[in-house]
Amino acid sequence: MSAKTLNLTLRVWRQKKPEAAGQFVTYKIDKISPDSSFLEMMDLLNEQLIEQGDEPVAFDHDCREGICGMCSMTINGVPHGKNRLQTTCQLHMRSFSDGDTITIEPFRAKPFPVMRDLVVDRTPLDSIIQSGGYITQRVGSAEDANAVPISKTIADKAMDAAACIGCGACVAVCPNASAMLFTSAKMSQLNMLPQGKPEKDRRALHMVQAMDDNGFGNCTNIGECEAACPVGISLDFIAMMNRDYAVAKVKKIFSGAA
Amino acid sequence: MTSLGKKYIMAVTGLILVGFVIGHMLGNLQMFLHPDWMNAYAYKLQNLPYGLLWIVRLGLLAAVVAHIVTAVLLVLENKRARPQGYSVNATLQASFASKTMRYTGLILIAFIVFHILHFTVRATHADVTAAYYALTPIAGVATMHGSADMAGKLVPDVFSMVAVGFSAQFWYVSVFYIIAMALLFLHLSHGISSMFQSLGLRNKTWRLRLDRAALIIAIALFIGFASIPAVSLLGLLPYQEMVNTGVTVPTALTQP
Repeated sequence: MSAKTLNLTLRVWRQKKPEAAGQFVTYKIDKISPDSSFLEMMDLLNEQLIEQGDEPVAFDHDCREGICGMCSMTINGVPHGKNRLQTTCQLHMRSFSDGDTITIEPFRAKPFPVMRDLVVDRTPLDSIIQSGGYITQRVGSAEDANAVPISKTIADKAMDAAACIGCGACVAVCPNASAMLFTSAKMSQLNMLPQGKPEKDRRALHMVQAMDDNGFGNCTNIGECEAACPVGISLDFIAMMNRDYAVAKVKKIFSGAA
Repeated sequence: MTSLGKKYIMAVTGLILVGFVIGHMLGNLQMFLHPDWMNAYAYKLQNLPYGLLWIVRLGLLAAVVAHIVTAVLLVLENKRARPQGYSVNATLQASFASKTMRYTGLILIAFIVFHILHFTVRATHADVTAAYYALTPIAGVATMHGSADMAGKLVPDVFSMVAVGFSAQFWYVSVFYIIAMALLFLHLSHGISSMFQSLGLRNKTWRLRLDRAALIIAIALFIGFASIPAVSLLGLLPYQEMVNTGVTVPTALTQP
């Protein structure tokens, strides 16, 4: 443990309920260990608030090891903070300096309404998955996993797409609140594999439709999502989605089936 | 129309317009050759068979209109998708050009309108109109436009029109053109690579190559286009002495 501790000023978004107006509230917090995680620092803030008789700050968290995709927060304008390839729970206070002012906001997007303080409703991402992010398989008749040969290159690429934890940082960082990186990862992980091929076209059409219906914005190919993604999902998957959707659309126009 | 449908329209119309702009620049560079090059070229374009000139013009107009209308729809949808912004804004890696496409595009529309009024409709400066209609004979220099066989034929003096339009007395026009071309450089340095992403024809390897190609094409276009107002402004065209200045406006010809 390092002896040096941090004294910080936090500007935190406080909002009682979805329809209430929110505002920033400034808190001072002292003696934070640089070895504590960002969420531990938030826990300490909440203990301090409870002791003072104030309402603790509501924020999302679950596994606290960067796997579940539950933690969110926009820290100084960057979802999950400025460090690359990290979720908020993996961000440590050694990334900040003594005396810093840290602005903490919820993920901002029309489809992600603020429920309370830093908690937003990310259900629209689930509805995109429900529209096509699955394969159809009869229960109890699953083939042996090794029966279908898949090249190493394809398997690796599909695994890269499947790394998406669905946290929504891509939406939060995008100036247009576009969900294309999320949607393309969830689409490509299946479209690339033989198991996903039978429903490839329908998947492409339905997932893009669901993404639009939920009110997400459009992609301007600036690449901020890739840079903010805590698991490094590549912009390549958006190109792949653009291609798969175009092919599916053309097939649908000329054959009527998808 | 879906979000991706709109992106395809942006990419395809963008590709058409980039293609046009490259051809337009190559044509314009004939200002640095003997006036026969530009004048015979312009005459040939104006007299294309089967109304091809208007077919191309209407095609380009359709591409520009589709590009602009779709861009407006995209911007409005994007604004709707984030009604409340952040109090702290940070950029991780996005280029200045990629974040200013809507603004550079908007100023370029104004430029296109002015440019058409300036040199196509010729309604902005009487001297430009006069230079155009003071017909000039083709000297008969050998060019790829068959001007050797056109020797003595009276044609509109497009070479002088451009040289006069960009001359020192209209310095503000030249400055505006050069600024507009700098904005075109920004717009295309993002756009040329971005269109491949929108059409799904890009991956990590090709992204680097296309970004570099976009930068090179955008720089070449800036130099090619901006050199003409810049050199004309300084009066340093290689055939500067052949610029027909000080022509009087034939009254019958000022109204096209």
